Amino acid sequence: MDPFTTLTAVAMPVDLPNVDTDQIIPARFLGRPREEQAPALFHDMRRTPEGALRPDFPLNQEGFRGAGIVVAERNFACGSSRENAVTVMVDNGFRAFIAPSFGDIFFGNCFQNGALPVVLPAERVAALRAALHAQPGARIAIDLAAQTVTGPDGGVDRFEIDPFRKDCLLRGVDAVTLTLGYEADIAAFEARQQDELTWL
Amino acid sequence: MPQTMFEKIWRRHVVVDRPDGYTLLYIDRHLMHDGSAGGFARLRGRNLKLRRPDRSFGTPDHYVSTGGRGIAAITDPHHRGIVAAMARNHADHGFTVFDIGDERQGIAHVVGPEQGITQPGLTMVCGDSHTSTHGALGALAFGVGSSEVTHVMATQCLWQRKPRAMRIVVDGTLGFGVTAKDVILAIIARIGAGGAIGHVIEYAGSGIRGLSIEGRLTLCNMSIEAGGRAGMVAPDDTTFAYLHGRPFAPKGAEWDRAMAFWRGVPSDAGAAFDKDVTLDGAAIAPMVTWGTSPEDALPITARIPDPGTAPDAAKREGMARALSYMGLTPGTPLEEVAVDRVFIGSCTNSRIEDLRAAAAVVRGRRAVVPSWAVAGSGLVKRVFREAGFDWREPGCSMCVGMNGDLGTAGQRIASTSNRNFVGRQGRGVRTHLLSPTMAAAAAVTGRFTDVRKLAQA
Repeated sequence: MDPFTTLTAVAMPVDLPNVDTDQIIPARFLGRPREEQAPALFHDMRRTPEGALRPDFPLNQEGFRGAGIVVAERNFACGSSRENAVTVMVDNGFRAFIAPSFGDIFFGNCFQNGALPVVLPAERVAALRAALHAQPGARIAIDLAAQTVTGPDGGVDRFEIDPFRKDCLLRGVDAVTLTLGYEADIAAFEARQQDELTWL
Repeated sequence: MPQTMFEKIWRRHVVVDRPDGYTLLYIDRHLMHDGSAGGFARLRGRNLKLRRPDRSFGTPDHYVSTGGRGIAAITDPHHRGIVAAMARNHADHGFTVFDIGDERQGIAHVVGPEQGITQPGLTMVCGDSHTSTHGALGALAFGVGSSEVTHVMATQCLWQRKPRAMRIVVDGTLGFGVTAKDVILAIIARIGAGGAIGHVIEYAGSGIRGLSIEGRLTLCNMSIEAGGRAGMVAPDDTTFAYLHGRPFAPKGAEWDRAMAFWRGVPSDAGAAFDKDVTLDGAAIAPMVTWGTSPEDALPITARIPDPGTAPDAAKREGMARALSYMGLTPGTPLEEVAVDRVFIGSCTNSRIEDLRAAAAVVRGRRAVVPSWAVAGSGLVKRVFREAGFDWREPGCSMCVGMNGDLGTAGQRIASTSNRNFVGRQGRGVRTHLLSPTMAAAAAVTGRFTDVRKLAQA
């Protein structure tokens, strides 16, 4: 997994609350190979039923070209567990997401793909989105080691992150490899459980 | 110190507690569906084996055709490949499989409890968000993404930070015609689609204890639609009676040992929760969603809400957007909204009890709009056939439409599934969530109908 250390990138606002992972990538694209899924990002929000790009959707606007950060509303990426919601973002160049709250499963899936979900207070996130609308193409800087987000206005916010997740992201640790190192603990647990829950 | 049911199960499954607050949690049961094929591909790519085939169970559901049996009925070659991988992976890794052609095949969250794989006090995961379903029997069960599916395949463990505990108490007796689906829609309407983020919900109170296991499965299933990591109901005599004699349930002396363990699973008296919510069960009516989030739910006796009454501009805009997508006018009584199609199915509401209840409504009547029933059993097939329903083969079907079971733009569908998201049942399709009996009522009248009136007629 690619490590995540710092990221300074154009940030794109997504204003709606409860944006579900069906919006990020509709189910009909999930059976395709990953390399074919990239154009499906926000497909139905981004395009008219006839397939034309909607000019009012930020992803289609010149100012947000090359964006690497999404600034979203509450309960971002709720719903289905599809990890494609993270990978399709990563494959479109997005490595960080800032919102007042996230769907739990998407939040966890980010760490499996070298992406960083950042929770900030709702008022600050709303102010960031307003700044991005006012100044398309504005950049946000994220420093994971320092746990800070620097907005286009220069304002710095500190965010919380689990030390374990932080360390794994900074070093690009692969979770499976890490866990295989605990083999003795897992085997001991299994032996103990076999004695207790004999019917399993 | 008194412990919650969640706390007890969590503690029993700690393999490693790191000083940084992260836990390596042991997973007792891994349910796999056709979409888990990617996990096996990654396992193969890393030369790893499935660690515990004896704890792993697979059944294809997302991509299977409900229009005909067998792999040949799947027209999309990609989808056919994904479903066919189940047999190949079974041959390579030797887990328990309920594949196409096996009458036990069906939606993973229907099959797990039906087979007795789901049991009190266990930890369970599946690469599907509705894994919360299994908490109905007192298990700690949650959905994970495909990377964590691979992780569980390789290690039978997951890295987790302990979620917080929330208790939702529904006291009182549910009214006539009110089902578990109505209870969970009322709960989500109350706490919101993100109301339980970061929490494991325990449902408690007399209104919950009075529910059958099928009802509890419906309830826990939609915990994720409230943002919950998992949903649980304490195991009781209803649970034990349900489990007894099921194929994967313990037998003989093992049953007695299991019972002794299961009796200790419920929360201790006085256990503290991080958050408490209380609802009056007697006040809940049959519910229908009107918008594009499960939190947009109202009693069938209500009218389409007016964005003008929203507390702020953002909410007003959100409601207006949802109503525009749904093609609804504020002030219209829900009972005057006509539907184009009816779908009875999904991991939320496709169990035999759901179909029996719906069958009681449709028996002797005629569906006046195209209506589907997609279930995991053939027992009440004839009743639905005689009412003019299109009887389908088991699978996720129109809940997620990954197999091509979709509506067309503009269609209004009364659906017993769990998500009324924009485009969930097909681009431009308008989904309304409701219970199986409310769906059956809509099928025979062609509009949303208070099922309590039909049942009395």
